[in-house]
This record gives sequence, structure tokens and C-alpha cells, in this order.
Amino acid sequence: MNIRDVILESVRKHQPPPRKLPEVSLFHSLQEVDRKALFTASLRELAGEVVAEAPADFAEFLRTRFPAAKTICSAVPEYAGNSKPDDFTEWEAAGEIDVTIVRSPLGIAETGSVLLSEEEFRVNTIGFLAHDIVILLDPADIVENLHDAYTHPHFQNKAYSLLMSGPSGSADIGGVSVHPAQGVMTLTVIFWPRSIQH
Amino acid sequence: MSVVDQAKAAEEFMEDQTHEQHLDKLLWMLRVRRDEAARRVPEWEQLRDLASEIKEHTLSNLAHYLEMFESRAKANGVIVHWAQDAHEHNEIVYKILSDRGVDMLAKSKSMLTEECETTRFLENRGIRVAETDLGERIQQLDDQPPSHIVGPSWHKTPQDVAAVFARAYGSDKENADPAYLAGVMRANTRPIIVEAKAGMTGANFAVAETGAIVTVTNEGNADLVANVPKLRICSVGLEKIVPKTEHLAVFIRLLTRSATGYSITQYTSHFRAPRQGGEMHVILVDNGRSSRLGMEKFWPSLKCIRCAACMNTCPVYRRSGGLSYGSTYMGPIGIILMPTFDARRYSELPFSSTLNGSCTNVCPVKINIHEQIYAWREVMEEKGQIQLAKKVAMIAAGEVLSNPKLYRIAAASADPSLSILPRFAIYNRLNAWGKHREIPQPGKETFHDWYRKNRSQAGSKESQQ
Repeated sequence: MNIRDVILESVRKHQPPPRKLPEVSLFHSLQEVDRKALFTASLRELAGEVVAEAPADFAEFLRTRFPAAKTICSAVPEYAGNSKPDDFTEWEAAGEIDVTIVRSPLGIAETGSVLLSEEEFRVNTIGFLAHDIVILLDPADIVENLHDAYTHPHFQNKAYSLLMSGPSGSADIGGVSVHPAQGVMTLTVIFWPRSIQH
Repeated sequence: MSVVDQAKAAEEFMEDQTHEQHLDKLLWMLRVRRDEAARRVPEWEQLRDLASEIKEHTLSNLAHYLEMFESRAKANGVIVHWAQDAHEHNEIVYKILSDRGVDMLAKSKSMLTEECETTRFLENRGIRVAETDLGERIQQLDDQPPSHIVGPSWHKTPQDVAAVFARAYGSDKENADPAYLAGVMRANTRPIIVEAKAGMTGANFAVAETGAIVTVTNEGNADLVANVPKLRICSVGLEKIVPKTEHLAVFIRLLTRSATGYSITQYTSHFRAPRQGGEMHVILVDNGRSSRLGMEKFWPSLKCIRCAACMNTCPVYRRSGGLSYGSTYMGPIGIILMPTFDARRYSELPFSSTLNGSCTNVCPVKINIHEQIYAWREVMEEKGQIQLAKKVAMIAAGEVLSNPKLYRIAAASADPSLSILPRFAIYNRLNAWGKHREIPQPGKETFHDWYRKNRSQAGSKESQQ
């Protein structure tokens, strides 16, 4: 018998009598939830920022917010930037990026998280080797909680699905989250409906 | 190997009051934050019930779900390995790396690889291993194992970390600002991640229906080591399986809130298939888990999701530090896990508890931790693993506590005695309660006396008996 079968036989021999799998409800709040407001507050707790409206002049917005940025990698049609994810065929080279711009298909009010996958990133490393990240999110795509979020098809069919909830941080010294850690230094979500083009 | 003497090691930790107070304060802050986070979720207790029931269902059908996970992962292009024990696990990792000429591995935090002592195994064979989690890296640079399963270096003060980094990286040893130290870590670790030809992670969960591995980090280091190098290895304990994606919502909602009081970590990452142009290996590791599944009283310990809430609330852990347990897993959960690995070596651990039940009350998957601690004491008694002095003291305590009259005489005479006895008679090596603390001033009367005086009906009833 190979090792796999030995282990499975041992598991079968020892596992306790079968227990029932419970139903999990979506736990929606009984009161109306202001998803934009809750998302903003939740993300702020993890040091992420929300810009409530799409800036009229996005290039100017980026210049003001990231004055030292030279390489701006855009993975969205709303803004060209000066590089594209596909420029980083060697994924480790994404460390050259100052600002990554990407659109998320889903926000979670409860946790201030956004969903991202290889479909949005194209090159996954632009999401964490870049210095800063700006994420466009249509407020209509914000769901109430994690139960709603896990019904998204990305979790069934993408190689990599990430719930990103703020810039990388660490609470390993003193128990309070500080920045930076290994990933992006800042994370900004802009409420930007899909229909608005600049 | 000799029996771990946690009490003695704890005394050494407590000699330096700075560290004891630092750890106690930090962990209690986390416990308070956990309570606040739980209160903000109206369905908290329902989630705990669900988490427990989902885990119990999965463990009672584990072979089925392991096979499902394996077939889905394989269909996604993942190479699945099985390891019976730590040595087999380490051999598989070494073979994957050496066959591909890899001499440098970037690693994110994994308690399973601590359990298997994978880093030492690989380094003895010429493969450099760099921990990329801040706390793990601090411990690695200081040549110590993790002292806490969420914050591996939480027993260290920021000044201690500044000293470690000054020694290893030449940073400013006077600067103990956590943000500065995190910056030093970033500057020194990112080049390693970019240079490494392979990455290794553990798993918080493995989803049977999709074959996905889920990791939960604040730093994003698991995402980096899983995405930057083309070769990725993931070590998964058999008990990490959950049936479906929808079940993740229950566990993710509980995990970080229980651990630190935040609603979620910055990165909750789901790896279903290799990265583009990459190779992904998953090693399913038994290492005693399947046998533990058959232990009638102890199998529920396999429900653990490694949040460490039980450690943060435990008065013994908070004051004695995780290294004092001399084991991979520490605190209340460690006390009930470690004897399954080596009942003799860890025979004293079940006594490092006050049995106050707080660990059970905060456990997000409702493991009956304090009951299992007590059950392990019974096992140690049956196995003859209890030291004679402890045995005699317990027999005496048992006699007194099981006899109401004897108990009342003892309680009534103890308080006046404490008032008049000289210090040397109270504070000596026979009185463990007198070490490192002052014995509280005795009350003027026992509770029993007060109750008899103030509750006359009860008093009269009792006098009739």
C-alpha cells in the first residue's frame, strides 16, 4: 500500500461517527446597511483610504498624491499610466512600479476588503511589489459581508483570488499594526462607477 | 528527551519583570480587543456553533474530503504529495528543491513546518531558508523558536527587537520604534524574496470543493513567496480541510477577530492553481493527526484554527511566555496537543493551567480546552507520569475539597494563620503561590460564616441538618 492509502486508511479507521453539516445563512442585517459608509470605516481601521468620488482630473490626482512616482502601471481602461502589467513578463520585475492601478469587481462592507485575482492583475505581483496601489471600485459592487462575498465566481474558477484589506502591515512588534511590511505601502480605494470614463 | 519543566522555565522568564509585564499587558490588550470585536457581531455565538459543527462534520468525514481535495487540486494542475510524518514531509520538500537545483527558499509562517523542524532539516542539507514573516524572522535571527502561534516574537520588547536587528542588519540599536523596525525588515527581506527560486507557505484552510489553499497574513508575505518565485510548496495538516468555499466566511469572520480584534487581516489569499508558468506542490501531512482523530476525548482539538485566543486569555501563558512550554504549540491549545506527540516529554504541561475555563469560552470553534486539560491530567495519572510531590499534594487537596467539614475547618484556620505566621513560614519553596507575589490579606470571616449570618433561612436549614 502506498503512503497515501496508508494515511487514508488510518483516517477512515479513526474518524468519529458522522456528524451533520449545518446550513450557513447569509446573516444579513435586519436594518438597512449603508455599505459605502461601512466599507469606508472598515477599511480605515486597517489603514486603507477611501476617496468618495472619481477625481475629475485623475492624472492630477495621482501627481498630487504620489509626487515622487515615476512608473505608474495601469491595469484599467480608465487611465493609461506609463506601463502595463504585461510589461512585467518577469514577475519579480514588478518591484520597479511606483503605483499600480487596478479595478476590483467586489468590495465587502463588513471588512473593507476588495477582491482581486489574476483576471484584474494579469501579473499578480503588481499588487504587492509596487510601492502603492490604487483600486477602483464601483459602489454598486459592495456587498454586505463575507457570506455574500464568497458567492463570487472568482473563488470557483480563478487560480488566485485575494481579499485585500489595507496596505501590508504587521502587528508582530508590540501587537499593534504598523506599516510598512512586505507589500504595498499605501492602499487607496476610489469609488468609481464603471460607466464613468475620463 | 527529558520531561519539559514548564514551571521552572516560566520562573526564569518571570525573573525579569519587564518581559513578564510586557507580555501580560500586550496579550490582555488583544483579549480586550477580541471581546469588543465579538460584541460588534450580533451572530457571534451562532458563528462559533457553526464553526464547531462544520469542523466536526469535516473531521468525521475526513477521508472523503481529503480525497475530494486531492482530486480537485490535481485537476487544477497542482501536484499533491502525502506525508505520514515530519521526516517524510521534509524529505519531500528537500527532493522537490534539490531536483530543481534550488539553494534558497523564501518561507512564510507555518506552524506545521515548525512542528516538522523543516528549516533545520533543509539547512543541514545546504539549502538556505529565509523566514519572511516579521515575527518569525526576528525569532530566526535570534535562534529561537516561535513563542506564540500568531505573534512569534511577542515575548520580546521593541528594544529586544532593535538589538536583534542591530546585530543582524546593522540598524540603529537605540531606535525601538516598531514602524522603523518594520522598515528595516522590509529593506532586508524583499531582496531575498526576489532572489529566492522557491517559496513555501503553510495553509490556514484547504477547500475540498475547489482544491484551494487559503492563507491569512497581515504582511502579504505569503502572497509574495507564492507568486514571485515560479516554484511554490505548500504544507497542509490533514485537519485544515473545510468542505466548501461558503464555509470560509464563517471561519474568516471568527479567525482574526479572535486573534487580534481586527475584523480581517490585510491579505486573505486563495490559491487554487499554480501561477502562470509556475509549479505548485501541496503536501498533505498526517504526523499523528489520524491517530489523534481516534482519541475519544481529544479528537476535538483537531478543530483548532490557530487563532491563539486561548493563549491571550490564559493567566499562566500571559505571565510565563511561550518559550517556557518547550514545545511547538504552547498555551492551553499546546497543553492538549503536545502530549499526543510525546506523552512522557510533555507530561507536566497539563498542570500549567488554572482550569478557569476562559480558554474554552473564547475558543471560536468551541473546543472544550479546559476539560481536555483535565482529562490529560487523568491520563498522566494512569500512565504514572505524575511526580510524587504533586501527587501527594493533590491527594491532600482532594480529601479537603471533597469533605465540606474538613474544608470549613481548613478555610477557617488558614486565614488567621496567614495573619500571624512569620514571612519565612509563608514564603518558602513549599508555597508556589508565594513566589513572585504577595499573598493577599485574609478576609475577616469566611464566606460560609458570612452566608450563615446574612441568610438566616439557609443558616437555620443547615443547622437542622
